[in-house]
Amino acid sequence: MKYEDFNDNEYLEKMAQELRRNGTNVIVGCLDNLIEWGRSNSLWPLTFATSCCGIEFMAVGAARYDFARFGFEVARASPRQADFIMVAGTITHKMAPVLKRLYDQMADPKYVIAVGGCAISGGPFKKSYHVVQGVGEILPVDVYIPGCPPRPEAMLYGLMQLQRKVRLQRFFGGVNRQISEKEYEELLKRDLTAEKNELNVESEEKR
Amino acid sequence: MNTTLKEKITAWEPAAVWNDTGDGMFTVPAERLHPLAERLKAEGFDFLRSLTGMDWGEEGLGVVYHLEATRTGENLVLRTQTADREHPVLPTVCDLWRAAEFNEREAYDYFGICFLNHPDMRRLFLRDDWVGYPLRKDYDPSLNPLRMSNEVARDTADSFELTPDGSFIRHRRPIFDEDEYVINIGPQHPATHGVLRFRVSLEGEIIRKLDVHCGYIHRGIEKICEGMTYPQTLALTDRLDYLGASQNRHALCMCIERAMGVEVSERVQYIRTIMDELQRIDSHLLFFSCLCMDMGALTAFFYGFRDREKVLDILEQTTGGRLIQTYNTIGGVQADIHPEFVHKVKELIACLRPALREYHEVFTGNVIARQRLEGTGVLTREDAISFGATGGTGRASGWACDVRKRHPYAMYGKVDFEEVLFTEGDCMARYLVRMREIEQSLRIIEQLIDNIPEGPWQEKMKPVIRIPEGSYYAAVEGSRGEFGVFIESRGDKSPYRMKFRSTGLPLVSCMETIARGAKIADLIAIGGTVDYVVPDIDR
Amino acid sequence: MFDFSIITGWIHGLLTSFLPLGVATFIECVAIGGCLLLLYTVIAIAMIFMERKVCAAFQCRLGPVRVGPWGTLQVFGDVFKMLTKEIITIRHADKFLYNLAPYIVILASLLSFACLPFNRGMEVLDFNVGVFFMMAASSIGVVGILLAGWSSNNKFSLIGAMRSGAQMISYELSISLSILTIVVLTDTMQFSEIVARQADGWFLFKGHLPALVAFVIYLIAGNAEVNRGPFDLPEAESELTAGYHTEYSGMHFGLFYVAEFVNLFIISGVAATIFLGGWMPLHIPGWEGFNAVMDWIPGFVWFFGKAFFVVGLLMWIKWTFPRLRIDQILTLEWKYLVPIGLVNLLLMVIVVVFKLHF
Repeated sequence: MKYEDFNDNEYLEKMAQELRRNGTNVIVGCLDNLIEWGRSNSLWPLTFATSCCGIEFMAVGAARYDFARFGFEVARASPRQADFIMVAGTITHKMAPVLKRLYDQMADPKYVIAVGGCAISGGPFKKSYHVVQGVGEILPVDVYIPGCPPRPEAMLYGLMQLQRKVRLQRFFGGVNRQISEKEYEELLKRDLTAEKNELNVESEEKR
Repeated sequence: MNTTLKEKITAWEPAAVWNDTGDGMFTVPAERLHPLAERLKAEGFDFLRSLTGMDWGEEGLGVVYHLEATRTGENLVLRTQTADREHPVLPTVCDLWRAAEFNEREAYDYFGICFLNHPDMRRLFLRDDWVGYPLRKDYDPSLNPLRMSNEVARDTADSFELTPDGSFIRHRRPIFDEDEYVINIGPQHPATHGVLRFRVSLEGEIIRKLDVHCGYIHRGIEKICEGMTYPQTLALTDRLDYLGASQNRHALCMCIERAMGVEVSERVQYIRTIMDELQRIDSHLLFFSCLCMDMGALTAFFYGFRDREKVLDILEQTTGGRLIQTYNTIGGVQADIHPEFVHKVKELIACLRPALREYHEVFTGNVIARQRLEGTGVLTREDAISFGATGGTGRASGWACDVRKRHPYAMYGKVDFEEVLFTEGDCMARYLVRMREIEQSLRIIEQLIDNIPEGPWQEKMKPVIRIPEGSYYAAVEGSRGEFGVFIESRGDKSPYRMKFRSTGLPLVSCMETIARGAKIADLIAIGGTVDYVVPDIDR
Repeated sequence: MFDFSIITGWIHGLLTSFLPLGVATFIECVAIGGCLLLLYTVIAIAMIFMERKVCAAFQCRLGPVRVGPWGTLQVFGDVFKMLTKEIITIRHADKFLYNLAPYIVILASLLSFACLPFNRGMEVLDFNVGVFFMMAASSIGVVGILLAGWSSNNKFSLIGAMRSGAQMISYELSISLSILTIVVLTDTMQFSEIVARQADGWFLFKGHLPALVAFVIYLIAGNAEVNRGPFDLPEAESELTAGYHTEYSGMHFGLFYVAEFVNLFIISGVAATIFLGGWMPLHIPGWEGFNAVMDWIPGFVWFFGKAFFVVGLLMWIKWTFPRLRIDQILTLEWKYLVPIGLVNLLLMVIVVVFKLHF
């Protein structure tokens, strides 16, 4: 898609201006451009889908819509190797920690796309007792693709929006290091799985 | 229900009381349920169609059983209840019908009803640390905020036994031993077709035990429906089994129409039947694609998707939706068919037959595919009936379970088609059933497409719909089995309880039986051919 | 036929004219190493691009078209992405082995890559037991894969690595047997010599039936050796998410990814060398004019043409067949390929002893 064809360019241009306010070294700038060009053109999705939107996501990968044209094709099943996660479908209370963990397992830089009404806000299941009111509550979302489920064209548009966003990020600008070394070490020390759970220590009981 | 059966049951169990509202059902006291169930099983009622947990408020909690005799086709509805809301206890029937295993766990999860002697009384959908029982009328949602701590799966299964002095003993049985090599498949795994989770105990590559964890996409649709008016509930059915969106909605519309006594026009019947069959073709093409992808034949996946797009085009032209059509309404359909519909459908039929031949050349005839599918994952006919595994899975095991033949609805009674049956019960049979069913669907559409009669496409309905008091059950043949809707109405504008008989839940409940002793690679093939859709299991 | 040794000889002469022999040799080694790495990368990129385009063609798709003309720059984008992606260190993993594994895999692949004769006089490692060395070097790769699976502390990785170990070690046998069949025919293990003996006809045609059988066995076993096609169990996506490299991210994963593709090229290159005449042009006896024209085409074009032809053949297989199961893979190897290979070897010996070949 051509640059002029997107209808919200002002927002991204403003973002670019803000990021470049302090100016950059020419060499670093060029290298940055090259890296960002590579990054934006090689976004590999994680194969992750919970419901209906997942089927449309498969359709985007299939012959008619073919997101391989833009370099999205190498869908990785392992979160370590994926660049972005398409949250395609409803996220429930039981799934939320799993999704968070999947996101944590991905290598930086990583992006999140919320696909469909459920992932954006809970959609038709907003009143449910077991549905998260949008993945924005648990993950930082980069692009929202509305629809129930969105058409494959809408998904392609959203994916291209992500590409544009990625192209603006600076590799040497410190955008990727959102967490300091010390914090990281601390996180490593905290054992997540060892959270005490009383469920398995109950004793024999008689009622 | 015929009177002889009614008399027979009253003779066997004098305590059973016949109630005539709605479809009509017998009420059996809890302590007399198991002997009667045993008797019924012996008399040929071998298929538990549906098991629904209920909260009747003051009257207490209970369960509704829908039974069918596969040999005679007789149907019977039983209900039982307990007044104790603190510790509701009912006898299990999972020793008679294995379908009850998961369904009783579901009832436990929703209502907290403990089933005596059930071997595995864990929650089915919700986290083990969930507080309260969400489908009870007095449930307070504020008790369960979003918990972001990692879920620790319970390693033991409970069962409850009644002692002579009236108290209960709780037994704990470990699910996996300490030294077993247990791997997690799912919830995010390419082969589980969504967010299902298997815990598999392996010995080398061979599966020793398999423990299914559902609920990662449990949205509580049944509870949401209780707060909605009848036309509103229609929207949610499409999102249950999204590959059978049209059929699911058909079932609910049919159930409501039957309860209200509305007759839809012949034109609507034709359109609904054609739409159902198009949806079935769509679903089976996706089944083929996904099976091929799971088995590593990626090219065949793309062929399946290429042709599926053509079906979606037709659906989209008329209904406006590709995947989720929201087309059927109470008393008709949303809009008349598109002027090009007939023409396009004929084109589709003309191009699908050669495409099917191509699939058989690429995949079915392939020696590797045959070697991997033939003889693996056998489900016997008895097990299929006992688990209630309907649809292609049941028919591959030789069980004639097609609702279109058993309880003809819409135009199915008047068209000529063949119920595809195999006897092997292995993966190959399950695969072939679906491929042949595409041909049968084409045949059904061919018979109808030229004769769509003129008539209104929507009956006049009141804006607020009320269903007479009583309970109603209607079923259609979904893409992957019997999809049933059970409505209990109290005469309000919204249902008192709405239960969807999931097509997928019986299918995953028999995974343990099928997959035990197979290899990991076989598990993928079995999962692919059993063909469940996870949002439909979890609802 | 253009002889590349003229260029190398000239450079060697130039360097020794003003440098002592030791230093000159050292500089040459470094230069050749650099060239080899460059060629390795270029081939990896070409292979990945080819894979994407070929599979798209099979699947009625277009494949990459947007990045650069006809999508040619797509893989470069992937490379930049990979290079800047975070490399995750895993808790409870054996850190040293975990980080070592991808390098072992790439080393094995690079070593065997160096054995390929690209053109006349363009052999990097060429000595009298070249075939033997190539096979030894390429089988180091399995150690890397096993280490990767073991040190990741992940059950999927471990299963993938174990599958891979069982599969690669088994199929090594068939590869050896089929290559041995040709060695019997040529009575040499030096790659340049093997190519030179094919000046009057490729071994595929010269060797009668046994050579043909050996070629087919080699293709099947070679496919299994590089974990591709119907034999991609160690990384079976739908079963083990990503197999032995499930836990690897960034360039460490990139190394596995690249090694897989270049290994495919190496397998094809070896097939081209020992069965299809390496850089030897196609000659048809009696057609002098035709042969003269063929001689004009440089040797490396012949070599790459043949190698990529075999690559195409293997990709065709990969994108057509479903995946095998582990027991079926082992059955195929031990019950069919190995006995057939042994009988075939015997047959070749008979052919050679009685001078039945052309």
